[in-house]
Formats: sequence, C-alpha cells, structure tokens
Amino acid sequence: MSTVTATPPAQPLAAPERGVVAPKVSWRVPGITAAAGLLALLAFGVGAPSGAHSRFDLSFRTDAVQLSPLVVPSQVTNIVIGVVCLLIAAFTVAQTVRRRRTPMWLLAGFGLLWVFAFLVWAVAGKQTSLVDLLQGSLLLAVPLAFGAFGGVLCERSGVVNIAIEGQLLVGAFAAAVVASVTHNVYAGLLAAPVAGYLLGLLLALFTVRYAVNQIIVGVVLNVLAVGLTSFLFSAVLKPNSARLNTPPLMQPIAIPLLEKIPVLGPVLFRQTVIVYALYIAVAVLTIGLFRTRWGLRVRAVGEHPEAADTVGIPVNKVRWRNVVMGSATAGFGGAFLTIGYIGQFGQEMSGGRGYIALAAMILGRWTPFGSLGAALLFGFATKLASVLSVVGTPVPSQFMLMLPYVLTVLAVAGFVGRVRGPAADGVPYVKG
Amino acid sequence: MTDELVPDRAAAPPAAPPEPSSEQRASSWLRRVSSGEVLTTVLAFVLALVIGGILIAAVDKKVTAAAGYFFARPGDLLGAAWHSVSGAYAALFRGAVLDYQATTVLKAIRPLTETITTSTPLIIASLAVAVAFRAGLFNIGAQGQVIMGAVVSGYVGFTFHLPPVVAVLVALVVGVLAGAVWGGIAGVLKARTGAHEVIVTIMLNYVASFLLAWLLTTSAFRVHGSQEPKSQTVLTNAQLPLLFGSQYRATWGFVLALVAAAFVWWLMSRSRLGFQFRAVGANPYASRTAGISVARMTAYVMLASGALAGLAGAVQLLGTSKYLTDGIAGTIGFDAITVALLGRSKPGGIVAAGLLYGGLSAGGRFMEVVTGTPIDIVLVLQALVVLFIAAPGLVRTIFRLPAPSADVEGALA
Repeated sequence: MSTVTATPPAQPLAAPERGVVAPKVSWRVPGITAAAGLLALLAFGVGAPSGAHSRFDLSFRTDAVQLSPLVVPSQVTNIVIGVVCLLIAAFTVAQTVRRRRTPMWLLAGFGLLWVFAFLVWAVAGKQTSLVDLLQGSLLLAVPLAFGAFGGVLCERSGVVNIAIEGQLLVGAFAAAVVASVTHNVYAGLLAAPVAGYLLGLLLALFTVRYAVNQIIVGVVLNVLAVGLTSFLFSAVLKPNSARLNTPPLMQPIAIPLLEKIPVLGPVLFRQTVIVYALYIAVAVLTIGLFRTRWGLRVRAVGEHPEAADTVGIPVNKVRWRNVVMGSATAGFGGAFLTIGYIGQFGQEMSGGRGYIALAAMILGRWTPFGSLGAALLFGFATKLASVLSVVGTPVPSQFMLMLPYVLTVLAVAGFVGRVRGPAADGVPYVKG
Repeated sequence: MTDELVPDRAAAPPAAPPEPSSEQRASSWLRRVSSGEVLTTVLAFVLALVIGGILIAAVDKKVTAAAGYFFARPGDLLGAAWHSVSGAYAALFRGAVLDYQATTVLKAIRPLTETITTSTPLIIASLAVAVAFRAGLFNIGAQGQVIMGAVVSGYVGFTFHLPPVVAVLVALVVGVLAGAVWGGIAGVLKARTGAHEVIVTIMLNYVASFLLAWLLTTSAFRVHGSQEPKSQTVLTNAQLPLLFGSQYRATWGFVLALVAAAFVWWLMSRSRLGFQFRAVGANPYASRTAGISVARMTAYVMLASGALAGLAGAVQLLGTSKYLTDGIAGTIGFDAITVALLGRSKPGGIVAAGLLYGGLSAGGRFMEVVTGTPIDIVLVLQALVVLFIAAPGLVRTIFRLPAPSADVEGALA
C-alpha cells in the first residue's frame, strides 16, 4: 500500500494571513477513510455472523514445522478493527481541519487493518491459508513487477513503453521453446530477455531513430507480438508439442536461515531464481536510477532532453540503450509465465498483464519500489478474488475479480491524483 | 491558435501535427504523390506481404523438407515456397473479396459480403478511437465501451416488446448511451482529477468484461432454464434488417457505419465542437488561451468516442451476433486502434482501412480452412503494415528512395 499517497498540502501550513489565499482543503482522504471505517464496523463487524470464528493457516501443509493456525472470533475482531479504523478516520479529519497531512504509515496501517477485517468477514465460519494467499500474491506480482520495471527504464528516459504486453509474451514464448529444446530451464531464462531485447530493438528503431509516435508503435508491437507468437504456436509448437513446448519447470531454492522466519520465510525465501532476481532488480534499479551518474543522466534525458544534450549527454543513445534494457527486463519477467509458473506456452498467455504492469508503473509513480508495491497490490487482489471464490462469499466472484481494476481507477483518480511522469515522456527528441 | 503563443516545448504533442492551411491542403494530394507518400504506402504493403510470405513459407512442412536438400536441388525449395505462399495469399483473397472458384455468382461474391459484415463494427469502433485520437486522447477502452453498448442494447432488444423500427432504434440509442457513459467516466475522471485516460480506459475494459460475465449468470439475461453463459436472443423487431437479402449476413449496420463516418467527418472538419476537439488535441495551452475549456472538451471527446464505440457494440449485437456471450466484443475494440492508425484517423481512411482489415479477417478464416495457414499471420501483416506506414523513413531506407521535403515526414495524424 506504499503507493497510496495523501493529497493534502505537503507540509503544515501556517494559518492563512489576510489577503493570502490558502490552498483548497481536500476532504478526499478523511471522506474515504471514514466511509471505509464505517463499512468495516457495520458490514464486516456487526454484519458478521455472531459466534463464528475465522481460521487462517500460517504454514503450508508440506512444511516441516507446523505453526498453529490463527483463529479469531469474527464479529468481535471486526468490531474492534472497525472502531480503530473510525478512530484513525477521526484523526485524519482533525489533521485536515488543522491543514496537516496524515502520516503515510498511518494510512498504510489503515489499509492493512481494513483488508484484514474484510478477510475475517469473508472467511467467517470457514478457513483459509494465509501463507498461500501471500505466496500467491507474490507469484502473481512477479511478471507485473518485471513488466513495470521495464516500463520504468524506458519511460524514465522519455520513451513510453506500451509494448510491455508484447515483451512479456515473446519472453514467455522464447523461454518455453528454448527450455524445451535444451531441457534446461536456465537456458530458457536467458532466452527470454533476448527475445524482449529484440522486440525492444524494434521499439527503439521506430521511436528513437524514426521518431514515430511511441504509443502507436507500442500498440502495434503488441499486435505483432501476439500475431507472431500465435502464428508460430499454431504452426510449429502445436504439432511438435512434445519437443518444443514441454519445458521443465523451475524448482524453488530455499535460502538457508531466511526460510526459517515464521510465515514470511517460506513465502519469500523458498522461491525460484526469478523471484530472487526480482528482489535484486528492485534494489539495483532503485540505486541505479537515483544514486548513480547513469541514473542521473537517464532522468535528465527523460525530463529535459535539450538540457541534457547541452551538457553533452547523447540523448538518443541513452534512450536507445534504456529502451532495449527495459524491454529485456520485461521479457525476463515473461519467462516467469511459462517456466516459472505454468510450464507450457499458450496463445496470448500474457492476457493483458502488460497493461496491468503499465498501470502498476504509473501507480508506483515511475519508481521501482512503487511499481513493486503496486504490482503486489494487484497480485494480492487477484489472488484474493480466486481464494474467496473457492471459499465462497456472498459477493459474486466476477465482482471480486473486478476489484483490482476498480481499485486502480480509484487510486489513479482519487489518491494519486495528478500523477506526473517524466516531463519529456512520449516526446521524440530531434536534435536541431 | 498560433504556435508563437506556445511557451512550452511539451506543448507540441507528437500525435497531431499542425493543420495545413487551405493552400497547402489544395495541393496536398499532388504533393503526397510526388513526395512518395502513396509510393511508401504501397511499398509498406509489399514489405509486409513479403515478410508474411517468408513466415508462411518457413513453417510449411514441404518447404522445410525441401530446405534439407537445398544445395542438391535449390529449385525445389523455391518451388515449394512459392506454392505455399501463393496458395495462402490466394486463399486470403478468395475468402476476402471474390471466390473465383465458386460454382455460382451468388456464392462467388459471398466473401465480399462477409468482409462487409466483419468490418461494420470495426469501422464504427475505429471512428471512436479516431475522434479521441485527434483530440489528443488515447481511447484504449473502445473494447469496454463496445461491450457496454452491446450489453445494454441487447438487454433492451430481448426484453421489451416494441413495434418494428421503433424497437431497433431504441436498442441502438440505448447502446450508444451506454458506450457514452462508459467512455464518459474516463473523460470526466481525466477532466476533473487528471487520471490518465489510457490507464482508466484499460481498467474499465476489464470491469466491463467482468460485468458482462456476471450479467450472463443472472436470470434477467440467461435463457430460461439454461446453464450456458449466453443471453436470450434479440427479438426480431429489434434486429437490424439484412442488407442484401437472406443469403448473406451483411446488415444495414454497414450503412450505419458509412453514415457514422460521414457524421464524424462533419463533426471533426465542419463543426465548431470538432474544431475545439482538434484544437485541444493540437495544442491544449493555446486552446486554453483562446478560451476553450480543455477539461470540458476532454469530457466531451470521451463521451463522443464512447458513444461511437457503444454504437459499434449495438450494431454487432443487433446485426450479427443477436445474443450476448462472453466474447461478444471479440477483439473489435483493440483492432479498432490499429484500424484507426491505418486510416490515419480520417473517416475516409478508416472506412478503407476497416474494409481492408475486415477482409483480412474474413479471408484469414477462409485461408485457415483451405491451406491450414494459421489466421494469426493476418495480425502480423496488419501490424507490419501500420509500422511501415508510420515510419516512411524506414521504407525509403530499405528501398533506397530519396528523402522528400521534411514536412511530409512522419505526418501520421
């Protein structure tokens, strides 16, 4: 929830002096928190069946050490949470009246509490596995996060990357085919970024060299990627499925010590290489973009290419390099779809994840950490929908599945407000 | 509305080059021919067909077999490749335009009517994308708007018993309204909060398709007593009448599509509102200076765009499919983006591009049956054509053509 940011003024403001117009007070945050708090208290708390318990498993069935499950009385727990939520809402009202900002951590805490209340309500009288929910969220977030990183790399240098969808798709395709032919998952893992890189070369050629509208090229490259992979799938892979489309699956590698952490250990540190690569990528990208000379140059090119050019940064070279790097990153994430998760390649298997990754990047305000947070949010919402459709809730599963998308709209419209991307994003740079 | 007023370098959006003056416009066709725009367009098609042909040949079994002994008998490879590629493209033509191997004339022209049927909703949806595009907005949500249009017009069409003509008109109008609302959400959000329309429309696509999936589980939509995720069939009075008699599927929806294209031409080129749309798209800063409310125009543009997409959905449902399924919108909304780009966001271009695209789809289905070439090659062809047309510089480099005057370069609007 790190991406949800309060909109009120950035710092405490002095009482408005006479003749000075004070900035408009936004009642969005207090309004939303109050409404959500009331919902938690009345629907999830009072509305929960009395006497029922909600049970959450804290270990996987296969774990050597089994933690005892967390069992809470549904109604009482949620009434308590609802009251706490309303107290926080009251605090945000007070803060807004005093023209102060509500601290970020408090809003994040509010979000976590609210989601927990919802879970308790949804599984009242039943049980679900908390570790499975968390692990599923993480796994669903992996391709989204890599796609979003690919977007960040491109867009920080000023090139819009709508082609993430296509890059994920060709990455998944290449990984499946190469891993099948070589019987080696790691060869497949190497092939995926190469496929993404090749698509990135096209993106760079058309956007940087020929200065074609970047959104057009991105959309068209997605069509091209879908067409190419589907064509090759139908014509080559389907008839030779045993030889070309039966890749081995990546096996999880447990990290000693870290995997022993209760609950989070097995979720975070008993994963495949791709997931570990995600942890490394987010750190490397954050440091690279915001703490190195390279990152400064990239951001300069994305914000003000003329200025960057004036001080001697080769604008289009930087862009070209970032576009292919970003595309390779997204392609790498595509490998997860096949050899990291499902195995076989299927037609159009990226299924719109590239577009969600784009949304995650924007929600994450063009930063690696923010993108990861947003990707996890999407992963969580999707996993929650599928878990709850198994458990059975009063809400139709279609509405649960809708949730991440509605949340994104609300977040983009309500919380994030006027997000500002790199200033020169989408504008081709023609020297002259 | 002059560029001198613009203080900001970011004010020149890549999608909308300045409108040519009347003198420029008068000679623009001549200039285009002489500067090679027509030539590069033709060459773009040639290039796409060549690359597509290479792909078709490369996956053909006979070709790969002949490639095994290429150095012994190179002629075999070329022969096999020629056979496979020409066979596929001939089938594409037979499925899209004229089946010259058919026994009767009526059967021979059936492919053409199939092309018209396929391209009808596509043309209307592309007009929707184009209206937004020329106003500087990118409506990726045509898909969702098509779904909403189809859902609502379908509901009205199979629920209310209305007299002929009235029924179909009412169903069309509510479809248009539903699309307008769905597009309008994105427009109003953009205008009021600055939420990026690309993100909002993508998200609304998913919301619309899940909404449709849910509606198909409710008793108001389902056929009574059926468990299939399929709605009731639209009543006869609400169906669009057939255009060429009962032998062919083409409906009056195609005429509606042409009317819609004419309307969009009038709207964008002759009306005051359309001028404001284009002004905002070309230069929001200057538009604001000139007294145009950019926020209001943003909302209007998305309403108009959504309305057209809703019409596309309504036409598809009332004319062709007649009942709702999960896949009612197919990929109309996404294909519309490519078609709008191919037609350069101009109504005439879109009708042509829509027919071409519809023909490729109809022909692709025929080709898949006849020669076994997967229909997906059509997607590759479409993508390549748009790419090459968008980058005339690349085409000229490939064919070593001289560069024309710079102002025609990249004039994709």
